[in-house]
Amino acid sequence: MSTVSKAKLPVQRNRIRESFSRRLFLKINVLILLLISAVMLYPVLYVIAASLSEETAILKGEVVLWPVRTHVLAYAKVFRYPQLLTSYRNTILYTVLGTAINLLLTTAGAWALCQRKLPGRRFLTLMCTFTMFFSGGMIPTFLIVKELKMLNTMWAMLIPGAVSTYNMILMRTFFMGIPVSLVEAAELDGCNDFGILIKIVLPLSMASLMTIGMFYAVSHWNSYFSAVLYLNKPELYPLQIILRQVVLQNEIVENASSSAESNMAEGIKYATIVVAMLPMLCVYPFIQRYFVKGVMIGSVKE
Amino acid sequence: MRRTKVSALWRRIWAAKYLYLMFFPVLLYYIFMRYAPMAGLVIAFKNYNAFAGFAKSPWVGFKYFSQFFNSIYCWRLIRNTLLINLYDLVFNFPASIVLALLLNEVRQPRFKKVTQTITYMPYFISSVVLASMVVQFLSPTGGLVNNIIESMGGKRTYFMTQPESFRTIYTLMNLWKNIGWNSIIFLAAISGINGELYEACTVDGGGHLRRMWHITLPGILPTVIVLLIMRLGHMMDAGYETILLLQNNANLETSDVIGTYVYRRGILKNEYSYSTAVGIFQSVIGFVLVIASNWLSRRFSETSLW
Repeated sequence: MSTVSKAKLPVQRNRIRESFSRRLFLKINVLILLLISAVMLYPVLYVIAASLSEETAILKGEVVLWPVRTHVLAYAKVFRYPQLLTSYRNTILYTVLGTAINLLLTTAGAWALCQRKLPGRRFLTLMCTFTMFFSGGMIPTFLIVKELKMLNTMWAMLIPGAVSTYNMILMRTFFMGIPVSLVEAAELDGCNDFGILIKIVLPLSMASLMTIGMFYAVSHWNSYFSAVLYLNKPELYPLQIILRQVVLQNEIVENASSSAESNMAEGIKYATIVVAMLPMLCVYPFIQRYFVKGVMIGSVKE
Repeated sequence: MRRTKVSALWRRIWAAKYLYLMFFPVLLYYIFMRYAPMAGLVIAFKNYNAFAGFAKSPWVGFKYFSQFFNSIYCWRLIRNTLLINLYDLVFNFPASIVLALLLNEVRQPRFKKVTQTITYMPYFISSVVLASMVVQFLSPTGGLVNNIIESMGGKRTYFMTQPESFRTIYTLMNLWKNIGWNSIIFLAAISGINGELYEACTVDGGGHLRRMWHITLPGILPTVIVLLIMRLGHMMDAGYETILLLQNNANLETSDVIGTYVYRRGILKNEYSYSTAVGIFQSVIGFVLVIASNWLSRRFSETSLW
C-alpha cells in the first residue's frame, strides 16, 4: 500500500504545481494580449479624441483619451474644403468601378485557367504567375500608361491594377473545389462555358467572390500611389491624396488667410485623418472574417 | 497520322472557344500592362526621349548602369533598402509568430475573437493615414509622443528630421500595422497540428513550454520557411510607397530606398532611362533572391514554393 501512495504522491504534486504555473501563465497571457490590444486601439482613439478637441488642448497635451472642450469646428472646416467632397466621390467611384472590373476579369480568368480541357492552360498560367516574380517596374509601366493615353483620366486608376495575379490564383484555388460532376451535368444539358460560369459556378462561390472583392475594394479605397503617378488634375484626386496634402504637405494651413484657420491647424489635420479612415473602420468588423478566410485559402499550397 | 493529331488539337481548341473568349480580356491585360512594360525595360539601354519613343531612341549600352554604380547614391540606396528589410525581418517577423503563440493559448473564445479583430484592424488602415498618424504623433508641436516625453521631463525632439531615428520609426509603424495580420497564417498552421502529439508529449512528462518548443514550433516550421522565402524574395522592394510619405530632405540619408529614388529621378525629374536602369537592377536582384532562397529551402528542408 505504502509503495502505491509513494508512487502517486510526486505525480500529484507535479500536477498541482503545473496547474498553478499554467494558471499563472494564462493570466499573464491575457494581460499581455490586453496590453497589445490597447496599443492597437489607442492611436486610433487618440486621433478621434484630438479631432474633437480644442486646439490649445491638443498642443498642451491635455487630450488623453477623451475630447477636451469638445467642438466639431474642425469637421466643419474640413467639409468646407471644396476638394474634399469631390475626392470622396472619386474614391467611391474608383472603388466601385475598379472592384467591378477586378472581379469580372479575375473570375473569368480564374475559371478559364482551372479548366483541364483548355489547351495551353499551363503556358497561360505560367505567363500569369511569372509576373509575380518579375515586373517591368514603375517607370516602364508609367510610360506605357502614358502611351495608351490614360494619364489624367479615371482609367489610370482602374486599368493598371485590373488583375492581381495573386487574387486570380486564389480564385482558381476556390474554383478547383467545385465538384466536376455539377459542371459535367450542366455541359450535358447543353450549357456553354459562359452559362456554366454564370449559372452554376458563381452562385456556388459567392463567399469567395466576397472575399476577393473585399481585398480589391480595400486596396482601391486605400490606394494613393497610382494617383501620385498618373493623375495631375485636382478634380480627379482620390481622398487619400487630399489627406496627404492636408496632413503631410500642410496645404490648408499654408493657404490659410485667416488666423482662425491656422489656430485650428492640428484639429483640422486630425479631423481629416478621421474622415479618411472612419468608413473603413466602420465596415471592417463586419467584413473581417472574409479576409481571414482569404488568407487561409491562400496558405493552402496546391 | 500527323493530320489526325493536328485536327484533334484543333477540335480541342474549338471546343474551348468560349474559354478563350473568357480569357481574352485577361490576356490583353497581361500583354499591355505586364509584358509591355517588361519590353519597355529596353529603354534602360537607350537614351529615351518621348518624341522618338521606345523603338527609335538611340542605344547607349550600359551607360546608365555604370552611371548608377559610380554614383554616390548607389551604396546608400542598397544599404538603406536592405537594412529596412532586415529590421523588419529580425523584429517584426518573429513578433507575429509570438502573437500567434499567445493567441493560441487563450481559453476564452470570445476574448480571443475580440483580440484578433482588434489586432488585425491596423492592417486595413491606408498608408497615407498611417504616415499621417506617425508624422502627427511625432510632431514637435503638440505631437502625442513629444507631449509624453515633455511631461516626463524630457526634451521635445523632431524625430522625423533625425536620420538615425528613421528605421526605428518605420519598423515600429510596420510592427503596429502588420503584427496581427501576419499572425493569422501562423495561427492557422498551429491549429493544423495533430492534437495527439500534444497528448503524447504530456504523457512523456513534457510541461507547457516543452510542448511549445518540441511540438508547436516544429509544427509551424514549414509555414515559417515558406513565408521566409517569400519575404527574402522581397528584400529589395521595401514599402517605398509608405516610405515616400515619411521622407523629407532631412532624413534622406537613411530613408532613401531604391523605390523612392526611382520615383524621384524618373517621375519627378523625367530621367526615364536612368531610373529604369536602377529599377532593373532592383528587379534582377529581387528575382535572383527569390530563386536562391527557394533553392536553399528545397535543399535543406524539403519545403519550397515550387
